[in-house]
Amino acid sequence: MCLGIPGEVVEIHPEQPDLAKVNVSGVKRLINIGLLSDDPPKPGEWVLIHVGFALSKIDEAEAAAAMAFLEGIGQAYEDEIAALRGSLIE
Amino acid sequence: MRFVDEFRDADKAHALAAKIAALCEPGRSYKFMEVCGGHTHTIYKHGLEDYLPEAITLVHGPGCPVCVIPMGRVDDAMHLASRPDVIMTSFGDMMRVPGSQGSFFDAKAAGTDIRMVYSPLDSLKIARQNPDRQVVFMAIGFETTAPSTAMTMLRAFSEGLTNFSVFCNHVTIIPAIKAILDSPDLRLDGFIGPGHVSTVIGCRPYEFIARDYRKPVVVAGFEPLDILQSIYMLMLQLSSGRSEIENQYSRVVPWDGNVVALKAIGETMELRPYFEWRGLGFISHSALRVREKYAAMDAERLFSVPGVRVADPKACQCGEVLKGVLKPWECKVFGTACTPETPIGTCMVSPEGACAAYYNYGRMNRNRVAEAVVQAARP
Repeated sequence: MCLGIPGEVVEIHPEQPDLAKVNVSGVKRLINIGLLSDDPPKPGEWVLIHVGFALSKIDEAEAAAAMAFLEGIGQAYEDEIAALRGSLIE
Repeated sequence: MRFVDEFRDADKAHALAAKIAALCEPGRSYKFMEVCGGHTHTIYKHGLEDYLPEAITLVHGPGCPVCVIPMGRVDDAMHLASRPDVIMTSFGDMMRVPGSQGSFFDAKAAGTDIRMVYSPLDSLKIARQNPDRQVVFMAIGFETTAPSTAMTMLRAFSEGLTNFSVFCNHVTIIPAIKAILDSPDLRLDGFIGPGHVSTVIGCRPYEFIARDYRKPVVVAGFEPLDILQSIYMLMLQLSSGRSEIENQYSRVVPWDGNVVALKAIGETMELRPYFEWRGLGFISHSALRVREKYAAMDAERLFSVPGVRVADPKACQCGEVLKGVLKPWECKVFGTACTPETPIGTCMVSPEGACAAYYNYGRMNRNRVAEAVVQAARP
């Protein structure tokens, strides 16, 4: 889907600063933060993630609202999380 | 606690709806188009049209990048996938899109090596792990997704990978909106602008709509109150004779968009002179292809594709639904021959399609309204 999903940055990859470990609804995965190179996110900040890339930074309140919205969508969101779970970006 | 939140939201929704209704000129009707699959979901799920006065109708436009891929292009992709040296990789929502010979899902079931990926970066990993095979990534999506394909290509380029390529079907939202504005079928009063596409392209690309067509645009968030507020902002503009671009979703969408993303797209891709859109026909400068510099990663240059135009099935009215001329339930095969389990066209296959959204929510709303009527009638 064209939607971004919110995720919390847990840590930046020590060897590859373009990658960050994020927590999306309990699923922890590496994603690429290269699109935010002008103002990279730090651990604890929230980002909008789309197909393995962070598109923009968002605040925690917006992240919570986005999550509630996505959970309301049901199947499409579950499919997205399942796909993220199957992702092994390195 | 959630119940209280919902109740408060309903109060605010009613208050906004009243303000909207107060701005309606007697005897005038209003039509606003939204192009974003996420907005369609919110509208149908919360029955937002029920909050609005009869004078206002909401129309869903061509915001589903999967839905607008013509059958011929799906056939081209299937042709690539059927090559024994190719591993085709694709997002999940492409898997069930019907071409003239079935879908990726059908081909996979028959033994073709097609793998679902979450990200183009997963596709890159498959290429690294399979140096003796050619890995093709089926790149679809609007400008929300194009930066990810671009960044992946740049990464492949810097790694010197020689077995990764992209079958580029990225489309751009602005020409589609312009085609709708130029079409005599539809008279629109304004637009509810897409949410996440705008985080990439920003708000400036919509300026031509206000300047040249004198229609207001409000870029909206995804909550029901966001959409109602955006409609209120549209009505305010109309009632004061303004036509401007406004950003109701400024907490997420930057006015200038994401410059890094736009640069990555610009570096790796360029606009095609024209591209065929399901339902809208050929639109000039509406889709992206891989630039000459990255030709070694362009699946269309590396392999030959049939490039045959395939007409949609006769029963399919996706074209009119995508243009907003027909509502999903007005399509002759909606819910009967065409359902999510047995889709005829992409509006039903894709979770972003108007038909899939209505099928999942619209009928629930009708039941909810019926129940409310019954409840109200009880002594």
